[in-house]
Amino acid sequence: MKAIKYGVVTLTAFFLINHQPISATEQPSPSTLKASIGRGKELYLLQCLACHQVDGGGVPHLNAPLDGSANVKGNNKARLIKIVLNGLKGEEIEGEAYGNVMAPHKDLTDQQIADILTYVRNNWSNKASQITSAEVKAVRAKNK
Amino acid sequence: MRKIVSLSLACIVLLSTTVLAADSTHLNNQITVKPDADNAGLKLLPGFGALKVADNLGRTRHLVVNAQGDIYTKIMGRVASEKGIVKLHDSNGDGKADVITSFGNYGGTGIAIKNGYLYASSDEEVFRYKLDDKGAVLDTKQPEKIITGLKKGNQHETKSIALDNDGNIYVNIGAYSNSCQIEDRTKGSLGKMPCPILDSAGGIWQFKTNVLNQTYAQGERYATGLRNVVGLDWNSQLNQLFVMQHGRDQLHDLFPELYDERANAEKPAETMYAIKKGTNAGWPYVYYDPELNKKMVAPEYGGDAKKESTDPAFSNPTMAFPAHLAPNGLLFYTGNQFPEKYKNGAFIAFHGSWNRAPLPQAGYFVVFVPFENGKPTGKWEVFADGFSGMEVVTGTRGAAHRPCGLAQGPDGSLYVSDDVKGTIYRIVYNKETK
Repeated sequence: MKAIKYGVVTLTAFFLINHQPISATEQPSPSTLKASIGRGKELYLLQCLACHQVDGGGVPHLNAPLDGSANVKGNNKARLIKIVLNGLKGEEIEGEAYGNVMAPHKDLTDQQIADILTYVRNNWSNKASQITSAEVKAVRAKNK
Repeated sequence: MRKIVSLSLACIVLLSTTVLAADSTHLNNQITVKPDADNAGLKLLPGFGALKVADNLGRTRHLVVNAQGDIYTKIMGRVASEKGIVKLHDSNGDGKADVITSFGNYGGTGIAIKNGYLYASSDEEVFRYKLDDKGAVLDTKQPEKIITGLKKGNQHETKSIALDNDGNIYVNIGAYSNSCQIEDRTKGSLGKMPCPILDSAGGIWQFKTNVLNQTYAQGERYATGLRNVVGLDWNSQLNQLFVMQHGRDQLHDLFPELYDERANAEKPAETMYAIKKGTNAGWPYVYYDPELNKKMVAPEYGGDAKKESTDPAFSNPTMAFPAHLAPNGLLFYTGNQFPEKYKNGAFIAFHGSWNRAPLPQAGYFVVFVPFENGKPTGKWEVFADGFSGMEVVTGTRGAAHRPCGLAQGPDGSLYVSDDVKGTIYRIVYNKETK
């Protein structure tokens, strides 16, 4: 049942997002935490779920978990934003090595990255502050 | 290991008595061990039972059983001092390991016994240890290093091994990439042409068992175009190497306009190959579609999900299995304990998928493939299930156990390792069990 539900949500999200070209100049309206989490969830299903899984648990030794991760829940928002922008390769995370590379996601808008990160910081057992598009924009500007 | 054994004289006395006891058991070819009341948590076919030989051993990958019934299993990843290989001994014949010792300072996956030697691999080297007439390692501290300097990336780094009957050892060197994209696992990135990985990885290399310090220069690329092989076995009846390839991941993530989530979950097949010298399975240029039963051009190399590969360089698989199930163990059964249909057929341990999401994951079981006249019949059946402890695996992290290695005991029992909790299972057949 759960799988079917996720399938439907994913399919809906697919049509909503993939079939409407997102222009880089589009300015989303300012968001509340709840709205950001909602958008982040749909984006997560499209962009992140394959590797990080429905339960945010990742895949042992291959793809890092997000649920329970100190990095995800922590205060170093810039590091998190950079991981989404630049991807990650061959780096140990909290003492564990992971086999698969994470691809860079520079194609996502500031708002999309903010929404995804806000969602993963506030889903499963995670509870942490919102990340805003302004914060993503600032990190992206300094990102080489 | 010796140190531990010599700690107690009583222990040695116990050891020698049990070797005798175990031998007489095997001579009678009777199964005296009792399955656990819950069959070790496994779901088995009628007549079969299972027991946990040992538990909590770490990341137990492949395993092998010597003629005395002692088990050696290889531990993967970073290992503590002298914890790279674990030996399990059952001193009272109840099937449960009660003398557990270890040696070796390297993590790895491959392990095998042949002609009086134990062979084991790290992710870059292969070692061998001489065994005494009781199947015990003579010198645990100074193995012979027979192969060195093998390529090791962050993914597909393990080196599985198999030996033939002519003094050769076959080593899988996995491709350190998903599909040889210019940017690995990145949406839309095309494949490198030709794929430079194949010169030193993405295939099976053949070396001699009795020559020290062999490098690529002394080895021979025996088969190529194999993305990653973990399960492989030498079929002595056919005198041929068989391998199980882990097919590529992420068709949907990387090429969403060509593959939807369902296609991603069901393609490509996990594939078995009967290897001949020079076999080219086609990775990364092609993949095998289990729904169309065809080799398809990979999207990184001009494929569009519909374009069949007609390149004669690439071999067809001997058999195809559902996508992403991760075959980590292959064993041709030659024992007499199981019913006749199992003889010379193949057991495959499927570690279980992660790349079927958002669809439910699959695998996490051991299957049996009957063989007739040296060929698989094309059908396979689930032989042992329930490792994950979940009805439906929605996230890989939740699986309690994942089957990895397979081995046959001298009495024909089938042993299965789990690399999540380090559980060793022994599956036995007892006609009277219903």
